[in-house]
Amino acid sequence: MKKSLILLAGLLIPAMSWAAGGVIFPDDDISVDWNDKQSMQRGAALFTNYCLSCHSAGYSRYNRVGADLGISDELMKENLIFTTDKYGEQTKVGSLMKTTMTVEYAEAAFGTAPPDLSLVARSRGTHWLYNYLRGFYVDETRPMGVNNGVFPAVGMPHVMADMEGLKTAKREMQDDGHGGKHEVIVGFEKISEGSMTTAEYDQAVKDLVAFLDYLAEPYKQTRQNVGTGVLIFLFFFLILTYLLKKEYWKDIH
Amino acid sequence: MSKENNLMGWIDARFPLTKMWEDHLSKYYAPKNFNFWYFFGSLALLVLVLQIVTGIFLTMHYKPDGAMAFASVEYIMRDVDWGWLLRYMHSTGASAFFVVVYLHMFRGLMYGSYQRPRELLWLFGMLIFLALMAEAFMGYLLPWGQMSYWGAQVIISLFGAIPVIGDDITLWIRGDFVISDATLNRFFALHVIAVPLILVMLVVMHVLALHEVGSNNPDGVEIKKNKDENGIPVDGIPFHPYYSVKDIVGVVVFLILFSVVVFFMPEMNGYFLEYANFEPANPFKTPEHIAPVWYFTPFYAILRAVPDKLMGVIGMFSAIIVLFLLPWFDRGKVHSIRYRSNAFKYLLIMFCISFVALGYLGAIPATEGRTWAARLFTLGYFGYFFGLWFISKNENTKPVPERVTS
Repeated sequence: MKKSLILLAGLLIPAMSWAAGGVIFPDDDISVDWNDKQSMQRGAALFTNYCLSCHSAGYSRYNRVGADLGISDELMKENLIFTTDKYGEQTKVGSLMKTTMTVEYAEAAFGTAPPDLSLVARSRGTHWLYNYLRGFYVDETRPMGVNNGVFPAVGMPHVMADMEGLKTAKREMQDDGHGGKHEVIVGFEKISEGSMTTAEYDQAVKDLVAFLDYLAEPYKQTRQNVGTGVLIFLFFFLILTYLLKKEYWKDIH
Repeated sequence: MSKENNLMGWIDARFPLTKMWEDHLSKYYAPKNFNFWYFFGSLALLVLVLQIVTGIFLTMHYKPDGAMAFASVEYIMRDVDWGWLLRYMHSTGASAFFVVVYLHMFRGLMYGSYQRPRELLWLFGMLIFLALMAEAFMGYLLPWGQMSYWGAQVIISLFGAIPVIGDDITLWIRGDFVISDATLNRFFALHVIAVPLILVMLVVMHVLALHEVGSNNPDGVEIKKNKDENGIPVDGIPFHPYYSVKDIVGVVVFLILFSVVVFFMPEMNGYFLEYANFEPANPFKTPEHIAPVWYFTPFYAILRAVPDKLMGVIGMFSAIIVLFLLPWFDRGKVHSIRYRSNAFKYLLIMFCISFVALGYLGAIPATEGRTWAARLFTLGYFGYFFGLWFISKNENTKPVPERVTS
């Protein structure tokens, strides 16, 4: 009992140390427009091309994404499904969006299995994602050759480096307000060009984050539409019930 | 005689249907001066029904299995028709239950609804509160997210502070050395069968006790003291139809607020559904900040305010026990805040501020300054009960009217 707790505590310490970090860079705001389905479609393409090789979106189905974002089953099969099922055939369009990479392989390659991304926009938030995906910089001390200004010592490589290019971090010593000084990242410097300009890459990340936001709660717009109807009904019902109450109570003094 | 009367007559000869209808609704005389604060009893009943009905449908799709639970919740949210609505109603309903119950209890504090002859009514209510906390705590484990897992881990480990048998008790509760599939299975059983059964039975006893002694009211006067020639209280009106139609208005207002949360802010900024709970339970990764859901945070803050773990646990449970004993802490004869002393009003304000402040402090990470603040408000919380005992002996009260005021 005691031993297992000590083991547990030992495993927790590294997890807590990175989580306690305060300052992140970059730290830019993003807002997702749920009516911009084209942005989400572009994000879906990026997601299946760049993310789905290692990460799953295992609670979501291809054809549900297609139906919600206006992508037909045929287009989905031709352009967005790259995985195969256990018979070696292309994954069915009604299947859950799972990666074919095994946990064992992932742990051997990256040290930890890449998390499922279905809900990452709800657990991490879109702000975090937008900055995380733009926060990779070259760091030769890391196994993958890159580190991240939002998620220090991250195990993930810079998958989209072909689009963004590579950059190094500019650091500065800053007062932490408690008498100590810490080195923080204050900017990036491009050292190699990718296929996109910085503005194009930012837009691509925005598209991807918009898709992830959709993926985390696909029924969000339905929820709000139904809610509007429910509230309109309840307001009218309130008037009726109030008048009924007044009628019954008119002789109570 | 019409056919319906014959049918009713047939039933009434075998089952007291008409008698029950009259005793509890059409001839149950409630004071006519109920105000805003008297909506929350019937609303608590509504939320209980909502939780049971949505819970039944969730149970049809949920899998109480450590390997499948998290995915089955997402299956409900995505693949089950209207599953997202069921789930959000249930998760919002849990918080709504506590909002309504806390306001219902505050009403009791204000108008002395726990005082003689309603001590047993209050005790049944407190047992409901206790069962509700157990129900909510066990239900929160079921989505099997990070906060489900680690919240349960923290709370169950509290029992480990009990000397000698502590470790064995935690082992017995979990059914394993850590929170695991075994824990999930038993919490599911308790959450969907055992505790709801107890809750419903306690609610029946709470209502029976209420209808035996009669309702209190904002003036705290007994309406049964003034009866007309037919034995009907002159300040009483039949619950049905008067309060049934009035409570429906309250129900609709409640449903409007409830719907705003369910449809437009189901996470309530992380207070009703914590963000970390959108990650599946991971025994090897502690979330950076473990906070219980908001309705437990006042008691959690008291726990953290005490430096010693065992004393902290005792302090936390004492905070519930003093509530049970409230009818005996209050030695006053006057029920309503309207006719009680200023000292009583100041004490009650102090209690409310302390409770809300503790709730806030319990939800955010502790620092040294915040811990001292939590200690101060813990004193404020307990100070209410001891202060009440002290001032209520010879309280400088105002004259209480003979009849209810309108």
